[in-house]
Amino acid sequence: MYGVKQLFVPATVKEALEWLHQNPQAKVIAGGTDLLLKMRNQAMREVVLVSLHKLKELEGIEILPDGTLRIGAMVTFTQVNRSSLVREKLPFLAEAAVTMGGPQIQNVATIGGNLCNGAVSADSAPSLLALEARLVLENREGTREVSLEDFYLGPGRVDLKEDELLTAIKIPLPRHNKWGGYYYKYSMRRAMDISTLGCAVVCAVEAGGQVSQARIALGTAAPTPIRCRQAEALVAGRFLSPDLLIRIGETAAGEAKPRSSWRASKEFRLELIKELTARTLVQAYQNAGGEYRDEN
Amino acid sequence: MKIECTVNGQREIIEIEPGETLLEMLRNRLGLTGVKKGCEVGECGACTVLVEDEPVDSCLYLAARVDGKEILTIEGLSQGGKLSKLQQAFIDEGAVQCGFCTPGFILSAHALLKRHPQPTEEEIKQGLAGNLCRCTGYQNIIRAVQKASNE
Repeated sequence: MYGVKQLFVPATVKEALEWLHQNPQAKVIAGGTDLLLKMRNQAMREVVLVSLHKLKELEGIEILPDGTLRIGAMVTFTQVNRSSLVREKLPFLAEAAVTMGGPQIQNVATIGGNLCNGAVSADSAPSLLALEARLVLENREGTREVSLEDFYLGPGRVDLKEDELLTAIKIPLPRHNKWGGYYYKYSMRRAMDISTLGCAVVCAVEAGGQVSQARIALGTAAPTPIRCRQAEALVAGRFLSPDLLIRIGETAAGEAKPRSSWRASKEFRLELIKELTARTLVQAYQNAGGEYRDEN
Repeated sequence: MKIECTVNGQREIIEIEPGETLLEMLRNRLGLTGVKKGCEVGECGACTVLVEDEPVDSCLYLAARVDGKEILTIEGLSQGGKLSKLQQAFIDEGAVQCGFCTPGFILSAHALLKRHPQPTEEEIKQGLAGNLCRCTGYQNIIRAVQKASNE
C-alpha cells in the first residue's frame, strides 16, 4: 500500500489541467514505475496523485502535417519499440527504448515520465537529445514548447511548472537522405540495470563519405543528459579516422562532468566517454551507409 | 474507490484504496495467492501478471489502473483443471525448484509465446529478462519455453 491520500483520474487533458491548477501540490503519475519507487523509498505519506492513465490524448505516435514525429507523453517504451512508424523512421530509437529495465517495466514506464523525472540516467534522453526533440507543455492558460536540452535544469530538476503537463514529444525527422543513429548503453547487466553511461549519436553522411553533421549526446555523464557540441564541431565535414575518433572522444570527455557513484568512478566514466563516443559515432556512421573499417 | 475489471475471465467489481497495488488487490481481495510478493521494487518479477496480455510488475502498479482492463494470473492459465502446455513443460523440464518465481516466469513466457509462437533462444532470454530465479538458474526454464513452443 502506497501512502496515497487521494487519487484523481481525469478523463480529458482539460480536466487534468484544471484540477492541477486547483491542486498544485499534487503529483502527476504516468506509468508510476519511478514515482511509486520513490514514494516507497522515502516513505511518503498523504500524497495527492493525479493519474494520466485514462488520457487518450496522450497516447499514439503519428507524423504531424509539418513532418515531425509526435509521440504522446503516455506512450510506453514497449509501444515506442513496436511502433512501425518509429521502426521505419527512427529505427535506433526503437532499439534504444528496450535497453531500459525488462519487459514488465517497458510495458508500463512512459517516455514522458522518463523525461519529467529528470533522471540523469534516463535511457530515452541521449537519443532524444541527439534528435533535437522538443517537448509540448500545457497548462490551463495554454501551450508552450521547449527543447529537451533546455528542459533539463539540473539533477532531477526539469522546466515543468506545478500546473503543467508534458503532453507530447515532437521529433523533427532527419531530412538528410543518408543518416543514421545509434544508442550505446553501458551497464553491468544487459537487462534490468541502470546505465553507467549512455551515448547517442545521430549522423548524416555525404555522398563522398564525409560526415556532414553529427549530434552527440551523453547520459549519466554530467548533472543532466548533455549534448557535446565541441566534439560535434570537430567531426562536421570530416572523414572518420582513428586520430579523429581519439580527439572526438577526448573532447567529449572534456565537455562532460561525470561524478563517482557506487556504479562507477568518475575516472572510469571519463574513459567510457572517450571510448563510447567514438564507437557510437562509428556505428551511427555505418548505419547512415558510411563505410569505416577499424584498423585496430 | 470502485473499479470494474475482468480477472481470469471473470467480471469483478472491487472496492479498493487509492494507494493499493494490483498485487495487494489480487492477493488480499481476490485470494489469488499465485501472485507472489517478492522484492516489491520491480526487480524480481515474482509479482508478474498480465494486463491486456502484457506482463507487468503488479507491485509497481496501482490497482486503480486496471479499471476496465483484463487481467490474467497463474490461476487463470489452466483450463478445466488441465494445465497449459507451458505449465506442463515447466514440470517436464524440471524448470521449478522452490517455485516462488514460477508463476511470474510462466506468465512472462505465456505472453512471449502469444506474440512469438516460435521464439529464438535470444528472444526467450529477452522475454524473461524481467524475472529472476535464485534456485536453479535459467537453462531448464529456457528449455521448458522451447518445449512448449515446439508443441
